[in-house]
Amino acid sequence: MTAATQQTGVWLDAFTRQKAAEAWIMELRQAAFARFAELGFPTTHDEEWRFTNVAPIARAEFAVRPAVGRAVGLSTSNLEEARDILGKHASHQENAFVALNAAFLDNVTFIRIPRGAVMEQPIEITFDAGEANGHAHHPRTLIVVGADAHCTIVEKYTGSGSYFTNAVTEIVAGDGAVVDHYKVQLEDESAFHVATLKTTLGRSANFSTHNISLGGALVRNDIGATLSEGTEAIINGLYVVNGTQHVDNHTTIDHAKPHGTSHELYKGILDGKATAVFNGRIMVRKDAQKTDSKQTNKNLVLSDEAVINTKPELQIFADDVRCTHGATIGQLDAESLFYLQSRGIGKEQARNLLTYAFAKDIVDRIKVQSLRDSLERVLFEKFHEYSH
Amino acid sequence: MALLEIKGLHAKVGEREILKGIDLTVDRGEVHAIMGPNGSGKSTLAQVLAGRELYQVTGGRVTYDGKELLEMAPEERAQAGIFLAFQYPVEIPGVSNMYFLKAALNTIRKSQGLEELDAMDFLNLIREKMTLMKMDQTLLNRPVNTGFSGGEKKRNEIFQMAVLEPRLAILDETDSGLDIDALKLVAHGVNSMRSNDRGMVVVTHYQRLLNEIVPDYVHVLAEGKIVKSGGKELALELEAGGYAALGIYDEAETVGKP
Repeated sequence: MTAATQQTGVWLDAFTRQKAAEAWIMELRQAAFARFAELGFPTTHDEEWRFTNVAPIARAEFAVRPAVGRAVGLSTSNLEEARDILGKHASHQENAFVALNAAFLDNVTFIRIPRGAVMEQPIEITFDAGEANGHAHHPRTLIVVGADAHCTIVEKYTGSGSYFTNAVTEIVAGDGAVVDHYKVQLEDESAFHVATLKTTLGRSANFSTHNISLGGALVRNDIGATLSEGTEAIINGLYVVNGTQHVDNHTTIDHAKPHGTSHELYKGILDGKATAVFNGRIMVRKDAQKTDSKQTNKNLVLSDEAVINTKPELQIFADDVRCTHGATIGQLDAESLFYLQSRGIGKEQARNLLTYAFAKDIVDRIKVQSLRDSLERVLFEKFHEYSH
Repeated sequence: MALLEIKGLHAKVGEREILKGIDLTVDRGEVHAIMGPNGSGKSTLAQVLAGRELYQVTGGRVTYDGKELLEMAPEERAQAGIFLAFQYPVEIPGVSNMYFLKAALNTIRKSQGLEELDAMDFLNLIREKMTLMKMDQTLLNRPVNTGFSGGEKKRNEIFQMAVLEPRLAILDETDSGLDIDALKLVAHGVNSMRSNDRGMVVVTHYQRLLNEIVPDYVHVLAEGKIVKSGGKELALELEAGGYAALGIYDEAETVGKP
């Protein structure tokens, strides 16, 4: 028996016992499960998964639970309208995790913002796994933003115990749409979290995403953005790992048309025996002249045993473009530490303050104040800031 | 008991010996200027006194207020009232000037058994000192020294000194890179802090700062040793004859000369 069939067997029972749904959803589930059975979970022999070993997920036998997305700010739309969109941007063909998610498609959080609508309040979607030891859930979100509409979306993932979150989010933004997206991952530190975000952005759309990864034992984010003509995209992220946590961020920015701009900044803080991966792929297609793309990955490594693998992957097929990339891996600056100490601040506090400052650079870019405030608090506590 | 007593201080960085036996006594109410050409060890002395680990002390003894200074961590020295105004103030993105200064002041106050200042009292104190240094209030909310001009950084150092009210202030080339207006402003800030219970060590390459901050004593440092000490007139002598008049080679003086 091959590994793939063995893995399929584990999920098959839950798959067949699923509640029936509309025919088109059943079809999608069937096709996705068949694809999952073909692919099996990736191994470290796959280039895309070289540094992330998902064997602990592949070996485990999770009980599947429906994912419940609590959306605040807007009611969800009728899924029937999503029939031609769902799964078109995050395809089950490409990836075993997306396939598994689609195989258990249920309770899709589907939000549709009409053309020209300006949503003043952020739309918050929370996937709380609750007491979820031994369970798996497959959160699925689809957000369709009409042309020239404005909205802010906050996705939050929480839970407690050792469980598996396998999330897929698709965002489709129309021409001239303005979309700010935030994903905050605060899973239990013994949980597995695999998430795929695929966005397709219209002409002159303006998109930003901030991917904040703080929890989880094993975390993988696959983020893809396809830009059109004159699209502006900001793809930022922050990961903070300690102990034996592992986080892997794979991003793909696809400049498909001319005059697109993408700015990407990922920052990571690693302590203990934690490991992290940053893989930033930027594609500039033949047509995409005048592309302006900048990628930066900065890492602060606080212990001798933490490991970061960072890799830019530029595939440029146009000749009149500006693409820059850079990665840094460093420790706390000795001069800054001394400066703080010379003003009476103790060494430990000075270290915490500088670590916090490194992360704050990303947090400060968050436009939703309540989210910024709550993250500042979480980070403050994480770095044992003394109270005022 | 003198405020600061340095005896036979030796220090090195890597394998290179920089301080080769410094003796210096600074008492309360006194301002000592330390002059010398580039590379003479002036800045090293300032940093060693503040506790920079980069430099390894290989000999000698330093007492501050009767305590063994060299055994104290940098933050303990600051808490005991030592302040170093940096030659190159460090930029710290992500930490606001206000937060930084409040953390510093309250840590120092706490270590001295004083109550921490609340937000209101702190703000009042800050406003008073900002007026003294003619500093723009917006600098408070900006990250420490980040994006500051050279002059703003130096002013920020003296502003911090005014807030923290040290008992021994060490000014490391606070005049370098300042135009005459900024220099006068900085000197005004320093002069307003001269008092009978505070000692100052002013490290400088040029005499012009000492026109504004008139020292009680001047020491000339060359190749890691104090080679001459005197009153304020020694600075004027140096101004007239250069370091060469004392038989000291100064790279800066030979540059551009035939």
